[in-house]
Amino acid sequence: MLTTSEKEQIEQEIRQVPVKKAACIEALKIVQQHRRWVSDEGIRDVADILEMSPEEVDSVATFYNLIFRQPVGRHIILLCDSISCYVMGFRDLHRQLVNLLGIQYGQTTPDGRFTLLPNPCLGTCDHAPALMVDQDLYRDLAPDVLENILAKYT
Amino acid sequence: MERPLTQHITFPPLGLRQYEAVGGYQAARKAIRHMTPPEVTALVKESNLKGRGGAGFSTGMKWSFVPMDVSGPKYLVANADEMEPGTFKDRWLLEGNPHQLIEGMIVSAFAIQATESFVFLRWAYKAAAEEIRKAIQEAYDAGYLGKNILGSDYSLDMHLHTGVGRYMCGEETALLNSLEGKRATPRAKPPFPQVSGLFGKPTIVNNVETLSYIPHIVNKGAAWFQSLSHTADGGTKIYGVSGKVNKPGAWELPMGVTMRELIEEHAGGMKNGYRFRGVLPGGASTDFLVEEHMDVKMDFAGVAAAGSRLGTGTMVVLDDQTCPVGFVHNLEHFFAQESCGFCTPCREGLPWTEKLLWAIEQGQGREEDLALLASHATLLGPGNTFCALAPGAMEPLQSALKYFRDDFERHIKEQKCPYGDHIH
Amino acid sequence: MATIYIDNKAYTVKDGRNLLEVCLQLGINLPYFCWHPSLGSVGACRQCAIKVFKDEDDKKGRIMMSCMEPVRDNVRISVDDSEAAAFREHVIGWLMTNHPHDCAVCDEGGSCHLQDMTVMTGHSYRDYRFTKRTYRNQDLGPFLNHEMNRCIQCYRCVRFYKDYAGGKDLDVFAAHNHVYFGRQQPGRLENEFSGNLAEVCPTGVFTDKTLKSHYTRKWDMTYAPSVCQGCSLGCNTVAGERYGSIRQITSRYNGEVNGYFLCDRGRYGYEFVNSPQRIHQPAIRPHHNGTPSSDWIVAQAADKLRNGKAIGIGSPRASLESNFALRQLVGADHFYIGMSDMEHDHTALALKILRDGPVRTPSLHEVEKADMVLILGEDLTNTAPMLALAVRQAVRQEPMQDAIQTVHIAEWQDAAVREAMQDKKGPLFILHTFPTKLDELAARTQRGAPDNLARIAFAVSHALGAEIPAVNGLNDEERELVKEIVQALEAAERPLVISGYGSGNDAYMKAAANITWALHKKGKQPMLSLTVPECNSLGLEMLGGHRLDSALDVLRHGDADTLVILENDLYRRADKHIVDEMFRLAKEVIVVDHLYNPTAERATLILPAGTFAEADGTIVNNEGRAQRYYQVYVPKDQVQESWRWFLQIAEKAGIPRLNGLQNLDDIVWAMTVAVPALESIQELAPAADFRMAGQKIPREPHRYSGRTAMLANENVSEPKPPEDVDTPLSFTMEGFRGEPPAPLIPFFWSPGWNSVQSVNKFQSEIGGALHGGDPGKRLLEAHVNGRIPFFTEAPEPFVPMPGHVHLMPIYHIFGSDELSMHTSGIAGGAPEPFVIYLNPEDLHQWGASPGTWVNFEVDDHPYTMAVEANNWLPRGIAALNAGIRGAEVVDMPQCIRFSNVRTETI
Ligand SMILES: Cc1cc2nc3c(=O)[nH]c(=O)nc-3n(C[C@H](O)[C@H](O)[C@H](O)COP(=O)(O)O)c2cc1C
Ligand code: SF4
Ligand code: FES
Repeated sequence: MLTTSEKEQIEQEIRQVPVKKAACIEALKIVQQHRRWVSDEGIRDVADILEMSPEEVDSVATFYNLIFRQPVGRHIILLCDSISCYVMGFRDLHRQLVNLLGIQYGQTTPDGRFTLLPNPCLGTCDHAPALMVDQDLYRDLAPDVLENILAKYT
Repeated sequence: MERPLTQHITFPPLGLRQYEAVGGYQAARKAIRHMTPPEVTALVKESNLKGRGGAGFSTGMKWSFVPMDVSGPKYLVANADEMEPGTFKDRWLLEGNPHQLIEGMIVSAFAIQATESFVFLRWAYKAAAEEIRKAIQEAYDAGYLGKNILGSDYSLDMHLHTGVGRYMCGEETALLNSLEGKRATPRAKPPFPQVSGLFGKPTIVNNVETLSYIPHIVNKGAAWFQSLSHTADGGTKIYGVSGKVNKPGAWELPMGVTMRELIEEHAGGMKNGYRFRGVLPGGASTDFLVEEHMDVKMDFAGVAAAGSRLGTGTMVVLDDQTCPVGFVHNLEHFFAQESCGFCTPCREGLPWTEKLLWAIEQGQGREEDLALLASHATLLGPGNTFCALAPGAMEPLQSALKYFRDDFERHIKEQKCPYGDHIH
Repeated sequence: MATIYIDNKAYTVKDGRNLLEVCLQLGINLPYFCWHPSLGSVGACRQCAIKVFKDEDDKKGRIMMSCMEPVRDNVRISVDDSEAAAFREHVIGWLMTNHPHDCAVCDEGGSCHLQDMTVMTGHSYRDYRFTKRTYRNQDLGPFLNHEMNRCIQCYRCVRFYKDYAGGKDLDVFAAHNHVYFGRQQPGRLENEFSGNLAEVCPTGVFTDKTLKSHYTRKWDMTYAPSVCQGCSLGCNTVAGERYGSIRQITSRYNGEVNGYFLCDRGRYGYEFVNSPQRIHQPAIRPHHNGTPSSDWIVAQAADKLRNGKAIGIGSPRASLESNFALRQLVGADHFYIGMSDMEHDHTALALKILRDGPVRTPSLHEVEKADMVLILGEDLTNTAPMLALAVRQAVRQEPMQDAIQTVHIAEWQDAAVREAMQDKKGPLFILHTFPTKLDELAARTQRGAPDNLARIAFAVSHALGAEIPAVNGLNDEERELVKEIVQALEAAERPLVISGYGSGNDAYMKAAANITWALHKKGKQPMLSLTVPECNSLGLEMLGGHRLDSALDVLRHGDADTLVILENDLYRRADKHIVDEMFRLAKEVIVVDHLYNPTAERATLILPAGTFAEADGTIVNNEGRAQRYYQVYVPKDQVQESWRWFLQIAEKAGIPRLNGLQNLDDIVWAMTVAVPALESIQELAPAADFRMAGQKIPREPHRYSGRTAMLANENVSEPKPPEDVDTPLSFTMEGFRGEPPAPLIPFFWSPGWNSVQSVNKFQSEIGGALHGGDPGKRLLEAHVNGRIPFFTEAPEPFVPMPGHVHLMPIYHIFGSDELSMHTSGIAGGAPEPFVIYLNPEDLHQWGASPGTWVNFEVDDHPYTMAVEANNWLPRGIAALNAGIRGAEVVDMPQCIRFSNVRTETI
């Protein structure tokens, strides 16, 4: 069940668009904001409020890589794996992250702290390699600073 | 040297009052109070401003296709999706001077008599989102947005939409689908968005850099705009360089500076111990240029004549210690992942290409693989696929096969990567 | 018209189409996947690539997708161009990278568009050497099998299911080469047209699950052109048989009727043919030892007829021929229409309106083109499913034409048209007591008691100038609705009013007639579509006969003592007590039917009748279109056409009215002589002696296999193939290999086109009529100069009567039809029998609660049923699931009074 505040936020988005369906992505974002990921139940709830079928909503949800349809950790690490970061050594960052976290792409640490995901270009190619943890962008990285960065997130 | 787009970029950016103090919102006043919408469009057409989103289509011309006599809403969208690998120019404008973009959008929206406007911003640009949200609110409060702007009959609303991933959202018709809350698959053209766009209504989609230029053109005129440039393509352009150079970064420079100037002067040349081998002149979906092209003028015609595209004008440099096969594999991996899955050649052809490159890089290449790669490069060309994603993806591949053929052949002959690389 | 050049040859073609359609129509084999004539073009698969040249001097040209390019005058294109051909081959190559290559175990094999296109493009060598991706499949319920690994992502399934049929529970998930087509969770597909996925899907992702349970390859079936028996619309089908059982029903294209599609009742409701409850042998009761021979039993029947005073009871689910033969056997004076009196009154009224009125009744194809629709008292999805699908398309008309004009695109540019239209819908008004699936498309829906809704419709006709008294006493809201409907009707160019039997209230039909007649009088061109209960209700009504209740009187008075009942379970037609009395009074009951049912249980003599699959016959749909279905195979045992039994009995009994009639052509001829209204039935199809190049038309594909071996366990010498004395079709694989006349096409096949997509080779225009015209003959045309007075008697307002409820039927696509319920998947979708729905307040007032039992009486006969609450029912109205197997028949509508409310729940 959606919480009152989720519902209110979604209703607010519905008022902005000419047809309810058009608020689909916004609604998914809202649910994800509150719960970190969108469960099957979340899909059904969004479908109900937008007068769509769960199929229609999930069709949209599964298209976008930043709507998470599986549980994720408390913090999401998005490691840029695109071309400038490739040239500038993101693979070393990746190796180091795997070492530090003990997980592969798409996995979450057993303590539920981090989920590690590859991500296309973060638009900061002049400061490659780069990654984001939640809202925070880290640039000009070298493997040895990663441990300190991760330490900031509990 | 004039740098109209970037001269007032600061971090944090200028607030509304500060922006006004440096001449901001004068163009909005001028256009809305003293010009008719067709006059604005005519001026932009005359300036010969070409879209900075990659395709380089004349902006004024694009606007002129919007039917002016239809009833109902019309839309203007700023394409701030910027997900082309190697591209980081719009971020600068978005974080550094959001009011410039908003003013550009107001004037552009006025020109096509749009009633609503959107900034379609990619998910990762968190700081930009904050600044834009703030700036939109300021513009509303100051009466530049909302009902009866500056006391005129003209009203315009503006919204910020942040995406949830997918490079496809940058393709303008896929972007519109995404704004409608749908899957970001592209639409067939015709009908063009100018006629049937967002919610089936006339819509203009322009790049952030394109729109940011509009206030300056309205303020200073078409001739001034032309005079900024070294070439027939008017204005300045934001160029960028990344890779193993001394000073990676972005700069606003007259349209038509040479590649040499960009790489050697502005980017400070190659890093110590690295040699230049090639460059993607305008993002991941442009053909490689190499040493012999150093003196190419970086404008639409100049880069095209050299066999590539100006694209976004942000370059990625390939150095002599990075394996070109791995480099191209990285690009094709990106494109294969980002294919929307709608049309066959792209959905199936790109993963195949990626796997071939992977095999070659891993030392499992076969002789016939090069022919297969080459055939994909033509088969996934423009017109054969539904949208421009796959043709774009083939540009670096086809030019790599041309310029770095030896590297590919050595991988296959030696059954390993000569650079000691492996894919990961 | 435009001139176009294809590979340097000039052709004159129609404007407005796309180049793919044009090429196909010209007979050029151009491969495609995502395009479908009913779904339009989206340009996804890139298979239909051609070269387009700027002008004569352009030698290079550009590759373009033919499905996305409109015909332009003087356009020069090439299909043979080597680059275009190479590209097309590569498209298959790409699609094959992940395809499992499991043709040998795939149900689609041999009728697979992907196989055909692979061969057509010449793709035969696999360059791809990497692994394939694999998917998990879903259980989609009893009708469709799901095998996602075979998917080639043409997007046709979702485009049909969602966009065309309005389904909600199928979609595309994920992106890039992981796109997946299915449901959000496994489960039964909810849309009533889901079965079309098996035909729409160009490969083996969605295949017919009922076929799977007795699987046979396309080339190994014996086929005949058939007509669906599921409802009154008469959709054309192809029925396939092997080893004496029906294996599969597919859609038989008919441009005027069902086009490419069928509903799930029609597609899957065939299992009754194979049912263990089939009557295979004649029987006589009290029990006779051994299996009686046909001759003996015919003699017995003839005796009974000669000695007794016989009356015949016909059937709306039997052919005209069988009904006519019975009528002649007993004499027209002794022939009774085998419908309930309600059904009979209803059908008679429909016939009168269509035959004598000045307004045309449309084909389904014409319905799709209506630009305004008013539905009165019908839940079409459940009473005439394909009509609901047609209305779905009609509702697009107005906004689509609008979009096409403002955006300058063609109708076939499907995605662009839908985008430009957004959610806009043409005017659709639905007045019905219950919610219906089409409500979501309606501009306005109005609920209420049938009489009250009919009054609104009468008021509409009055406002349009029907010469009837004004309808007084409507409230403001109702008057507003009247105004809205009138405006929409007047604004439309091709307005359509639909009504029928669905509420059991004739006032709706009368109002519908009034409305369209009034429009007609104003010089408009309205259409009027009326549903009737069964596949041959209208045909039977045209033949004529006495009312069923008068049969009881005749028996009571002793004027008859022998009943001959044709393909009819009388317990579904009338109150059990009445039927019981009829059987008590009759000395002899001769039943000719194909399934044991409660009526057959009462027979003293049973004759096994052929179903549609084992008989030739003609039926008349709700449009008055007579259509012929053909015997698919020769049944084992003594099953034969009912009419043939009657001819044999007549001969034995020496009844002159059927003298000398031997075969189908004879009886058709006799019928047209006796009933002039049926005259054009003679032209329905070529007569039995018709030959093409001196040969019969084979029911079996020329690759039919195993003929010598398939029955070797019974007899090592291959039997002589049975002969068909009734039609130009043969029961073998030998015969004419070319294209048969449209009414005689047993299956669609053309060299290189093994799947159903071969239909394009049989059409004179893509998506248009079959060569030589679509089969079927309309027997009713609007009586343009005829004047028939308006119906003046608007019903009185409905006022709940204290102590009573008005009981009305609710129909169900899965459940209300007798025969289709023998398919387990259909039965599984049917609602519970014995349940009465009531407004919760009524329920409360009756002292009942959901789930309790109630007793009530109709004509002094007691019934017991459970009650359930239903919020959308008005006070004083109760609803009962109609026709559900196991439920006792209550004539509806009916005013009932609950006599006893029990408190225990079910
Ligand atoms: C796959 C793909 C991705 C694109 N991404 C972007 C983008 O991120 N930003 C952008 O401005 N244009 C992008 N474009 C180009 C847009 O479709 C469109 O041409 C552009 O926004 C028009 O703006 P302009 O006329 O101002 O250049 C992309 C095109 C394709 C085919
Ligand atoms: S996309 Fe067209 S292009 Fe293609 S077949 Fe499908 S049919 Fe055609
Ligand atoms: S490639 Fe990593 S930020 Fe651009």
